[in-house]
Amino acid sequence: MIVLDNVPSFALVLAVGVLFATGVYLLLERSLTRVLLGFVLVGNGANLALLVAGGRAGAAPILGEDPLVRLSDPLAQAMVLTSIVITLALTAFVLAMAYRSWQLSGHDEVQDDDEDRRIARLAMRNEAAYDDADTAETGETLDEEAVDVHDDIEESLHVDVPEIPDTGDAPGQDGGAAR
Amino acid sequence: MTWSHATLLPLPVLVPLFAAGLTLALYRHPRAQRAISVAALGIVVATAGVLVLLADHGPMSVVIGGWDVPVGIALVADRLSALMLLISAIVLLCVLLYSMAQGIADGGDDVQVVGDGDRTTEVDGDADLAERRDVLPVAIFHPTFLVLSAGVANAFLAGDLFNLYVGFEILLAASYVLLTLGGTLDRIRAGSVYVVVALVSSVVFLMAVVLAYSATGTVNLAQLAERLPDVDPAVRLGIQLLLLLGFGIKAAIFPLSAWLPDSYPTAPAPVTAVFAGLLTKVGVYAIIRTQTLLFPASGAGNHRVDDVLMVLALLTMVIGILGAVAQDDIKRLLSFTLVSHIGFMIFGVALAGSVSTAAAIFYAIHHITVQTALFLVVGLVERRGGTTSLDKLGGLARVAPGLALLFFVPAMNLAGIPPLSGFLGKVALLQAGVSDGSGLAWVLVVGSVLTSLLTMYALIKAWNKAFWQVTPPEILSGEWGEKRIPAGMVAPTAALIGVGVALTLLAGPIFGYAQRAADTLTDGHSYQEAVWGTSAPEADAVAEAVAP
Repeated sequence: MIVLDNVPSFALVLAVGVLFATGVYLLLERSLTRVLLGFVLVGNGANLALLVAGGRAGAAPILGEDPLVRLSDPLAQAMVLTSIVITLALTAFVLAMAYRSWQLSGHDEVQDDDEDRRIARLAMRNEAAYDDADTAETGETLDEEAVDVHDDIEESLHVDVPEIPDTGDAPGQDGGAAR
Repeated sequence: MTWSHATLLPLPVLVPLFAAGLTLALYRHPRAQRAISVAALGIVVATAGVLVLLADHGPMSVVIGGWDVPVGIALVADRLSALMLLISAIVLLCVLLYSMAQGIADGGDDVQVVGDGDRTTEVDGDADLAERRDVLPVAIFHPTFLVLSAGVANAFLAGDLFNLYVGFEILLAASYVLLTLGGTLDRIRAGSVYVVVALVSSVVFLMAVVLAYSATGTVNLAQLAERLPDVDPAVRLGIQLLLLLGFGIKAAIFPLSAWLPDSYPTAPAPVTAVFAGLLTKVGVYAIIRTQTLLFPASGAGNHRVDDVLMVLALLTMVIGILGAVAQDDIKRLLSFTLVSHIGFMIFGVALAGSVSTAAAIFYAIHHITVQTALFLVVGLVERRGGTTSLDKLGGLARVAPGLALLFFVPAMNLAGIPPLSGFLGKVALLQAGVSDGSGLAWVLVVGSVLTSLLTMYALIKAWNKAFWQVTPPEILSGEWGEKRIPAGMVAPTAALIGVGVALTLLAGPIFGYAQRAADTLTDGHSYQEAVWGTSAPEADAVAEAVAP
């Protein structure tokens, strides 16, 4: 199946290199349209590379049953066809997505993740990622909080007990539940 | 062609594809669509079940289109493929049932299809709520979901590298549509990141196929396995690294994982669930397949690649789980645990032994079910509480104890609490790591334990914030969400959690199966023999005529 004289044409190899270089440059842009153009270039570079892998140009296409004629590799061509179709379909999809993005927001730039930014800002300010009633800073000491919690529980039980200072109760889960 | 067991092989790919066409044609009849989708995936589950039993007697192979083995498109089911196929088919079916119930509950049944898909009616007369809730346009959802199933099945069964590429493209193209479903601003933003990253990974994969074909003149996995050892080591290493790079992006291994927590949480709950369960694991499957078959541990220089994989596995685990700890939204938290636990599977692959590969396979199966189940439960939480933000949720255990149970079991399973399958998978991995005995393996063992503890911490935090504490009055009154969750959504979730528990109860036989699967993978000849064994006699003449 391999065509023995398999040295590829230098021009094609160079073309693959140029397509990849320009394609990668465009892929690094923010605008979806440019990213799309980059993908088209890179994708076609890969398709071309697949064709180059099939061996040199010039051999006869797969036809007839004469074993003496040097045939070109049909497998590479079949794979290139498949991969061209895939590139085409995905190009159409990204084009639609870029258009939708332009429709909705007036531009087609890929936006950063807001949620991620928010967490990063919290981390920079050294704050907790979420509110926690158990660990919230209330400006009171643990003892004062314990007294409050104790009072709350007593009230909820409708028992009149004079205020007892420093019971030593830890304001853990109870604190959250009572409030 | 003659009929044999192997004739079953194309079914998991063909049936969903045909059904996708049918459902697309029947887009005005949501009921018919639903029936066809369920029937198609039911057939896939049944077929996969039979394949699991048959593959236990040795790998099966069939060549499509009458061309002989190295040229024709081979579908191969060995134990690994069959097992992955079965578990993903079950997950796909459960998610489909869940999304259908969600569609019906949101009024998909009484709305006739208009334009590109039926939008839900506003159930509570509250436009804001209807907008916040995940809307699934049934007309598009079903065909796309079925195409995704076909792509996943094709990737698992592919016997050549190019068919694997095509399988990936099928499932990725379907996933692009599912992720940007409805085309809202949020989903387009998340979708563009996802799509661009996936496109790049596909081009990288395609270049690896090109290089492999240039170097060996074949893309058939069995023939590649025979020819690659003769290839220049530098070229072989190049092909291996390109493949790992391509699959690594798909599997979300650490430096290549940043896209995942950004893009998954914005999709509708069932879509996120199926992505989290399956898509990354298809990447892991491809890594297991190519690493064991094409670049076996005995090959020269492969231990260096394995060392790199070990370091990446450690970074994936630790950095992923640290990300999860920082999150205040359950969906994002779970996305980060997903990234983190991919590291466990890569650890198993990197150890490159029969036992560690078996552990990686078992862990992958466990993780598919448990991660999908968790995302489905979060979909229910969102329905009940109206949000997935941990700051706004609270006290759900009091108002919805059943929901709390549904969350608690898979959460503990993911964290690896002793009797459950997550624990068993981790123990197997740790044992493999300890018996490997190298310094790096010990570091990984410590890293795994640390990651498990941090997973526990992250999930307990989510539990504490969402299910304990004070119930906000809006949740109590059902103002944010709705008081009754449709039973049709609870049942598939419970079923999937049941599968997770069954993995625990049947852990012995399943691990035995995974062990035999790993033995087949690492023995270096069963796969090739099965593929070469299938030659269609009438195709020989054609193949000879083609050969120069």
